[in-house]
Amino acid sequence: MNASLANDYSGASSEAPVYELTNVSKTYARNAVIALENVDLTLRHGSFTSVIGSSGCGKSTLLKIMAGLIPPTKGRVILQDKPVTGPRRDIGMMFQQATLFPWKTAVENIVLPIEIRDGKGAAKKAKEKAHDLLEIVGLKGFENVYPNELSGGMAQRASICRMLITEPAVLLLDEPFSALDELSRDMMNMELQRICREQNATAFLVTHSIQEAVILSDEIVVMKPRPGRIAEIVQVDLPRPRTLDMMTTPRFGEIVDHIRSMLDKGEDM
Amino acid sequence: MTDAPTNQRLETEAADDTVWVQEVAFIDSVPRWIAMTFVFVVFIGTWDLVTRLELVSPIILPTPWETFDDMIFVGNNLLSGGYMLVSLWITIKEVIYGFALAIALGFSLGVLVGETVFGEKAVMPYLVAIDTMPKVAFAPLFVAWLGFGIESKVALAAFIATFPIVVGTAAGLHSADENARMLFKTMGASRMQTLIKMKLPTGLPQIFTGLKIGAVGVMAGAITGEFLGGGKGFGELIRVAASQLNTPRVFSLILYLSLVGLVLYLIVQWMQRKVVFWQKESVGAHDH
Repeated sequence: MNASLANDYSGASSEAPVYELTNVSKTYARNAVIALENVDLTLRHGSFTSVIGSSGCGKSTLLKIMAGLIPPTKGRVILQDKPVTGPRRDIGMMFQQATLFPWKTAVENIVLPIEIRDGKGAAKKAKEKAHDLLEIVGLKGFENVYPNELSGGMAQRASICRMLITEPAVLLLDEPFSALDELSRDMMNMELQRICREQNATAFLVTHSIQEAVILSDEIVVMKPRPGRIAEIVQVDLPRPRTLDMMTTPRFGEIVDHIRSMLDKGEDM
Repeated sequence: MTDAPTNQRLETEAADDTVWVQEVAFIDSVPRWIAMTFVFVVFIGTWDLVTRLELVSPIILPTPWETFDDMIFVGNNLLSGGYMLVSLWITIKEVIYGFALAIALGFSLGVLVGETVFGEKAVMPYLVAIDTMPKVAFAPLFVAWLGFGIESKVALAAFIATFPIVVGTAAGLHSADENARMLFKTMGASRMQTLIKMKLPTGLPQIFTGLKIGAVGVMAGAITGEFLGGGKGFGELIRVAASQLNTPRVFSLILYLSLVGLVLYLIVQWMQRKVVFWQKESVGAHDH
């Protein structure tokens, strides 16, 4: 029992790497700002990694490079053994806002990535899968509802489905629940954990909340600004599955304090 | 000590409910049809009073009843297919052609300006420059180029109505938020797909706002064209009636003309409700 528990949280580090960044830098030519300097990062299969840091630490730049939205100035960006040179179907992304389109029903919104990539016919076939995904996130019965009738949390659940429909190899989460109230946010974080475990997903989360990062992650990348770089990668050795009451344990408090002191040091520089 | 809270509770239970009534000012609680009738009656009453007291010459301002009689006369002429209907039909044609032309032009230019950097940087400044000109002043030019037929009126009507449609379309295309743009990029959408599946539908409310302003402008353009360029339209009837100091006729012609404008506006609004079904009605909504 104990052995399997230990396996569960250290297991991720023995898995194969899915996403590898080597020596990645980004300089914005316009104002010669070094947004990112020599970032090395490996996401292993089935792991959950968070990145945290004050504004200007380059975490949005990092996320955009990983999503294939902007090119790096230097370095290697490899996802599933292929260099990332643009948006790819094996990258799923989620934003702070649910960004559902009000003229499409929940299901139509979810199959939109398929519609864009493979056309209307393929999107129609994917509807069945969208129904299954809606059931997984607890939105069964809301298939043909328009987004105007969904609450903030429900809309984010639907946007999780849209992210999962193409079966991406990596999930990039850009502060996905920061627009929700705290109660919904905690609940959605636990949901996210459950979904990631069920799908054995590799996830990368950008967040401003230390607590959120600790409760969800196997690894936390702490970044410092000017120039944006990695200060430390913190391993979180809390057992999985995580529960909200773990937030009151001494170990949780230790990790949070450690990260907070790292971030405070960053501010002084 | 322990008794005190119990006593208190008993006290409040025994007391009456603390129901109270929220006050609504009388002026906000009047039903709509009564309020509208009231305003109409006040308007007609004031008009009647002004003419009765002969505060202004009857040549300048007819009584409401003379105007009403003339409206019935004009209405009869229109319904029986008289010369006024022929004139009205000419004006309606000018409005329809002008509006169609304005939509085609305005939408195309709007997409050019709203979607391409070239359009925004090189075309928009010229459009703004032309838009600030008094467009009615171009009427004599259109008459010189296109003659006294309906072409010159269609041109002026389209000329006036195009600009709000350009602005509405361009603003609509710009209204998509950063997240939606990023989402479409991550999905690998082409520029055309992003335009058709995201930016255009997102911008439909603004596009329709442009169409509504255009619908009002197209009427003004057609009538101005008729005032300045002759022809056989409704504007000409108004001009002739005015030159004969037949003010009741002018008033009743204007009222029928405004019906045409109203119908055009309502058609656009009806289409907006059908097409942009997700848009919540907010104009004029008072929820208190």
